Amino acid sequence: MSNILEVRNVTKVYEKHVALDDVSITIEEGSVFGLLGPNGAGKTSLIRIINQITAPDSGTISFNGGPLKPEHTAQIGYLPEERGLYKKMEVGEQALYLAQLKGLTRPEAIKRLKYWFEKFEITSWWKKKVEELSKGMQQKIQFIVTVVHEPKLLILDEPFTGFDPINANLIKDELIEMRKKGVTIALSTHRMESVEELCTHIALINKARKLIEGPVKEVRKLYKSNVYAIEYEGNNIGLANSLWGDFELVENEIEGDWKKALIKVEGNIDTNALLQGLINNVTIHSFREVMPTMNDIFIQSVTNNEIQTIHE
Amino acid sequence: MAAIAVVPILIAKYSDDKVNKIMVIDQKPELFTTVIPSTETVTFINFKISIDSAKKVFNADEFYGILYLNEDMVKNPGGAMLFTEKQANLSVTNYIESSLEKQIEQDKLKAEGIDQKTLASIETHVDLKTLTFKGEENSAELATAVGFICGFLIYMFIFLYGVQVMRGVIEEKTNRIVEVIISSVKPFELMMGKIIGIALVGLTQFLLWIILTLSITSVASTVLMDNKMDAKSISQNMGAGQLDKNALKELGATPVVQEDALNKIFKQLSSINFTLIIFCFLIYFLGGYLLYSALFAAIGAAVDNETETQQFMLPVTIPLILAFIVAQGIVQNPDSQIGFWFSIIPLTSPVVMMVRIAFGVPPWELALSISLLILGFVGATWLAGRIYRTGILLYGKKVTYKELAKWLFYKG
Repeated sequence: MSNILEVRNVTKVYEKHVALDDVSITIEEGSVFGLLGPNGAGKTSLIRIINQITAPDSGTISFNGGPLKPEHTAQIGYLPEERGLYKKMEVGEQALYLAQLKGLTRPEAIKRLKYWFEKFEITSWWKKKVEELSKGMQQKIQFIVTVVHEPKLLILDEPFTGFDPINANLIKDELIEMRKKGVTIALSTHRMESVEELCTHIALINKARKLIEGPVKEVRKLYKSNVYAIEYEGNNIGLANSLWGDFELVENEIEGDWKKALIKVEGNIDTNALLQGLINNVTIHSFREVMPTMNDIFIQSVTNNEIQTIHE
Repeated sequence: MAAIAVVPILIAKYSDDKVNKIMVIDQKPELFTTVIPSTETVTFINFKISIDSAKKVFNADEFYGILYLNEDMVKNPGGAMLFTEKQANLSVTNYIESSLEKQIEQDKLKAEGIDQKTLASIETHVDLKTLTFKGEENSAELATAVGFICGFLIYMFIFLYGVQVMRGVIEEKTNRIVEVIISSVKPFELMMGKIIGIALVGLTQFLLWIILTLSITSVASTVLMDNKMDAKSISQNMGAGQLDKNALKELGATPVVQEDALNKIFKQLSSINFTLIIFCFLIYFLGGYLLYSALFAAIGAAVDNETETQQFMLPVTIPLILAFIVAQGIVQNPDSQIGFWFSIIPLTSPVVMMVRIAFGVPPWELALSISLLILGFVGATWLAGRIYRTGILLYGKKVTYKELAKWLFYKG
């Protein structure tokens, strides 16, 4: 698959403060790219550079294979973290204005906005002034104007803040639908569960440096601790007997009918070997690998602040 | 704008509606009756009582005050006194004073053996005709008025709409819509769009003002001024909407003089080079506005809300106010050193040069001033653009001049 966006060795320094230190990321076409990192890590700086709001001190950005140019803004949809609208303006008029700024003709903009307003069941807002809407309602309008010009790349900075759970789900469903249509989505968020639900790739930035980048599966593999959870019936001692050498019993919960245990596998031992040993001694009800959550990965990575590379 | 012209006339017309009755205690009655005739607003009633008893019978509801005239006013002008309940009305005291002065002067002239006719024949009025070497008749008063009005309009336009630009920028910044917009257009484009847009709004507004002012003042002057004319001229003026020659002729003895004065003004008006003035007005109008509004936009971008603008407003508004003050002095002496320098420096030239143009300015000065103004506004726009694009995305930080200077050299 081709890369829709490539950021190469971007550095941005503000007065006495390094916002980005030699950061490179690659966003594959059709992927959902999660840009993670604690507050002040440099996410918004990077997003602004991608949107050509600011320029990097050094480094290059390419879009669809060629260098990023001002005319590419028509193919990018951007929802900033700090987002607002003209308060005194009518909703419809404002949405039209913003859509036309992205290069749509007026009739085309009207047609597409009608579609979106109907889809979100907000056609009655068209003539209202923005200041009459609640913050959540305004967010819906902002989302619509971000996607109305059907961008190839959608960049969302903290898209879920300010939405109630119902609206957050609505937006999430829209994002999933758009992804199916082939839109590439890059989003920064603090909500790790939405990363797990949506993202195919992530990059983690901490203190202006990129710590890790890659497909979510690979990242998880990197952080997995080779621990397997089993549920079994049978004798504790039988279980212990079946673990030799390369296996270590991390935890054993013997309450209830089905006992639970966590077993750590050392080295590159095949898990089938473990299973074969277990089957001889106890009855297995379930066997699964314990995968680290994005939350675990986030905390562990930021605490250690070490750069990790994924070998594919 | 029309209100500025109409309201004073209305005020003058209706503020003096009360009739002030004044008790007069005159030691020398024959003096008084010939001296101060009653008017629409002041009437005098003579009393032959002493001043002490007059004070006792004085009733503030009925009378405005007591005028006491001494026996020998000619020798002792300080002998006239006006007693009033409240502070004495300035127009009433002025009227009494001037009437008494006139009478006393006449009495003194009589005593010296000079009669009124001789005095009138002695009195001379010199009207200095001013001409350029090309033979054009010109008028300093008219040039002053035209230049000053142009300068003032530019001053007002810059202030009104420059601040509007600043407010617009602050609004976009505090609304947080700015980041959405500058992901579609460049910050510089957004800033220039705002400046040009507001300039067009301003020009439209100005055009409406001029049309409204012209129509309202002409209607108002017809209605208000005609009251003072006789019925015939009113009926004629109604049709024409303004004073014309026929209307003036109807007035009897005066028209010849008035016609002359009117002709003179038109003649002098035609001596002023209006093509040049209008051309320069447009250039200085737009150049000055673009220069200042760029600076105002930069201020708007550097602050978080309007209360914080104070510290940056001062250095921008001082040259503008200074220009206006200098312009007032310059009408006395348009070719002074100060006039020259202030009409060359871009920050002050729009106002000052406009005042000077009506008096005639050497072409090289004009060319220098305009080129510097263009350079000035290109420079200011560049400067403002750099401050704008950094400041517009910076929140919650009080900016110093030092930081502003650093922003100029940030990359893109």
